[in-house]
Amino acid sequence: MLNAITISHVWVLDQQEALDFYVGKLGLEVAEDQDLGFMRWLTVRVPGDPGRRILLEKPGPPSMDEAAAAQIRELVTKGATGFTVGFSTDDCQKTYETLVARGVEFTQEPTTREYGTDVGLRDPFGNHIRIVQMAAQPAQA
Amino acid sequence: MSRAVEEVNRRMLRARDAIDRTYAEPLDVPTLARIACVSQAHFIRTFRATFGETPHRYLQRRRVERSMFLLRETDRSLTDICLDVGFTSLGTFSRTFRDIVGEAPSAYRRRGAAAEAPTCFVMAWTRPSSFGEARPR
Repeated sequence: MLNAITISHVWVLDQQEALDFYVGKLGLEVAEDQDLGFMRWLTVRVPGDPGRRILLEKPGPPSMDEAAAAQIRELVTKGATGFTVGFSTDDCQKTYETLVARGVEFTQEPTTREYGTDVGLRDPFGNHIRIVQMAAQPAQA
Repeated sequence: MSRAVEEVNRRMLRARDAIDRTYAEPLDVPTLARIACVSQAHFIRTFRATFGETPHRYLQRRRVERSMFLLRETDRSLTDICLDVGFTSLGTFSRTFRDIVGEAPSAYRRRGAAAEAPTCFVMAWTRPSSFGEARPR
């Protein structure tokens, strides 16, 4: 049966702007960037975690008509596509401060909950991203 | 659909995020309109067209959702909770809560159940619905 999540996707309105954000600000790295003719296959990943990629996918023809693409763009920009992707970090506060300095738009400052400390942010298009520092698990007896 | 609509959506979302983040503070239309980069006259209308309710109503639901959380998770007094989430009078708080939730804060507290998920999900999914059921005041 299934043994891992290898790739998931995020709708982006502009792939270059997406690269500026996901690589330039969040610090991900480009995994693949290929012109397939019908689309630009653009994936990014967390450095050190080669098994999981995020496809930065632009809605539009030929995979869907322009009207459908416009609906997706409208939903993304009003934040109606829900939760997009979650990352983990060893130091939520420090990551938050670094990303604030880079101009990332946060929706929630570091908040400590039972499961850990996390923050919420948006990519330039409106996608909702979270970064969590998991609370230390109590040692098993 | 044009790029202009997307641009307006994105700016309205920024204002809505500001409501989510600073719900406990006095929030006024000029401040939110400034965040959204639109005139005050346009702000309320555009917000409603984008999200299906007025910014005031959205703020009320946000505050009531937070108060529901505090009623469930803490044993603080109604007055403290009311002020904590941004209401300035207990009367307005109780009335708004009852309008939206359908029961008084004290009754809700008596039968409250806990939810443990990332705060933003609790926030979004336990925010009491009011798309038509309860009239804004």
